[in-house]
Amino acid sequence: MEAVVQEQAVEAVARRRPARVSLEAFTFMSPTMLLVTLFFFVPVLLLLWISLTNLSSNTFGNPLCVGGAREVCEALGIRAGGVEFVGLSNYRRLFADRFFPKILRNTLFYVFSTLALFNVGLALVLALLTTHIERRVGFLFRAIWLLPRITPSVIYIMMWKRIAADAPFGILNQFLMPVGVEPRFWLKEAPWLFVIVTNGFVGASFGMLIFSSAIESIPRDYIMAAKVDGATTLQIIRTIIIPLIKWPLLFVTTYQTLSLLASFEYILLLTNGGPGLYRTEVWSLTAYHRALQTYFGNNQWGYGAAWGFVLVVIGIIFSVIYLRVFRFNELVQEPKIDAL
Amino acid sequence: MAVWVETERASGLSRRVRSSLAYVLLVISVVPILVGYAWLLIATFSYRTEGLLPKDAEGNVGGWTLANWAFVTDPLIWRVTLNSLLIALAMVVGVGLASSLAGYALSRMNFAGRRGVLSMTLILHAFPSVTLLISIFFVLQAISALPGIGDIFGYNTVGGVALVMVSLDLPLGIWLMKGFFDNISWDMERAALIDGASRFRVWWEIIMPQIRPGLAALAVFTFLTGWSAYLIPATFTIGTKVSNLPVYINYLMSETSPTNWNQIAAVGLFQMIPILVFFFFTQEKLLNIYSGGTKGGV
Repeated sequence: MEAVVQEQAVEAVARRRPARVSLEAFTFMSPTMLLVTLFFFVPVLLLLWISLTNLSSNTFGNPLCVGGAREVCEALGIRAGGVEFVGLSNYRRLFADRFFPKILRNTLFYVFSTLALFNVGLALVLALLTTHIERRVGFLFRAIWLLPRITPSVIYIMMWKRIAADAPFGILNQFLMPVGVEPRFWLKEAPWLFVIVTNGFVGASFGMLIFSSAIESIPRDYIMAAKVDGATTLQIIRTIIIPLIKWPLLFVTTYQTLSLLASFEYILLLTNGGPGLYRTEVWSLTAYHRALQTYFGNNQWGYGAAWGFVLVVIGIIFSVIYLRVFRFNELVQEPKIDAL
Repeated sequence: MAVWVETERASGLSRRVRSSLAYVLLVISVVPILVGYAWLLIATFSYRTEGLLPKDAEGNVGGWTLANWAFVTDPLIWRVTLNSLLIALAMVVGVGLASSLAGYALSRMNFAGRRGVLSMTLILHAFPSVTLLISIFFVLQAISALPGIGDIFGYNTVGGVALVMVSLDLPLGIWLMKGFFDNISWDMERAALIDGASRFRVWWEIIMPQIRPGLAALAVFTFLTGWSAYLIPATFTIGTKVSNLPVYINYLMSETSPTNWNQIAAVGLFQMIPILVFFFFTQEKLLNIYSGGTKGGV
């Protein structure tokens, strides 16, 4: 009886609340909605739009002042410039670009070798090693591995430039000379090695942290039982640990694929796509170069946006896959407080 | 205690061999990191360096000097430092405030579109926002055209850079904050609400004090992100008046010839000071947040 009364009371509250709650929730959400709209939603649509125009330094104007809108812009005193709607021609130009095959190859090579060697491979090794030893020492090593990530990119790259510098300044040369390796300008001779290593040393810590907490949560009995049965360390890793951290492995792999595909800050600072023509130029860096950083002062926003928007589409597809694969529904519980 | 190795039966010797192998491998793995820092430290206080060796003008080992720190008397360095600090503080306040408001609503309120906003947060958290820089350029241009606001938050202003950086880090902040709120018992809050307190008062007076450790962790994280930022300030500012420390350091590195590496190293170490202090005192929190930021997403 009491329960029924209470239930009715709760229902009454629930009936009364929605409108007020929505208004309150709206107030709480408004700063976020404003910023997310300005810097995520509008930019995604604007990027698509710009990629369909010929916007460049020569035609600079408001990208929205196209076609019939031009007169409106002129009436309002907004600079229209020579912006024209050009349909898919930026995309056609992209695929016909002389350097397209090279940039595509570079991108795939960069993403998958960094991923395999460092962001997943080394990350897993580090997680296994740091959970293998004394807990406090393992923690210390993980903390050291976090340093590249929190070091400002400019300073981090400065260190690597000195490591890979020409004789007599290069640190690597100094280390290799005693074992009889000729001094070299490593960054020029093996740019890919350093692009992958610099990114990998930052990227590995993410997987390392996630894998180590996953390994630490494996029940000890499983491993004990295997040991009692005489399993070797390798067997334990392969048949117990790896299958049990399958989800974190999958998560880090997909998440880091996307991060690597889109990020270019370290390459920009280290080689800026060189040495030479497009030696280490990757897709996202091409978008940036074309649109925002050109040597001749001719920013081709329209063409760069086409390169960028392809990545946006891939990014959206990946992000939606996370939601589906990583069981989003389980993460969204009903909020309790509104029931009072 | 090691997590997954030792058993009562494992023989002492083979265990010791195996775990010392692990130590050796780990020590080798951190050599490049430590070498990089060693160079920074040595270069800062020496005339020039060859490899890790400090050299004086004649090429002899030695040449320790404080001359590289002469930059501290340059007013420009303090200007860019102030800009860096402003961006970092804007990140702390902006991300902290906006994401704790939104995180609270998502954790405690049932409103139309809640599920949508939550999945949006997750998607944006995974979404590579650097791909949007091209069009954000035009958004900032548009803000520049607004009277008053444009001078503070437009293109080529410290405020504009801060605004973009706050926005791009919001999804992570919201996701973390929602997690912190979810872990707090709602009894006190419920009592206050039944007594007629407003949601806003409950949020500010009852809930926020309870998540102070979480807020502190987020603050450290956002401060470091803002303080170290290179790409966004470099893309949306022109000239040294509005640039921050990393942009200025990169300018010194690429635009001066011959590059005075040792002086630049000193500026770099100068920038590293707050980072190393935070790192030293908050490692544990940082380790948690760098992986915890995704814990919700896993």
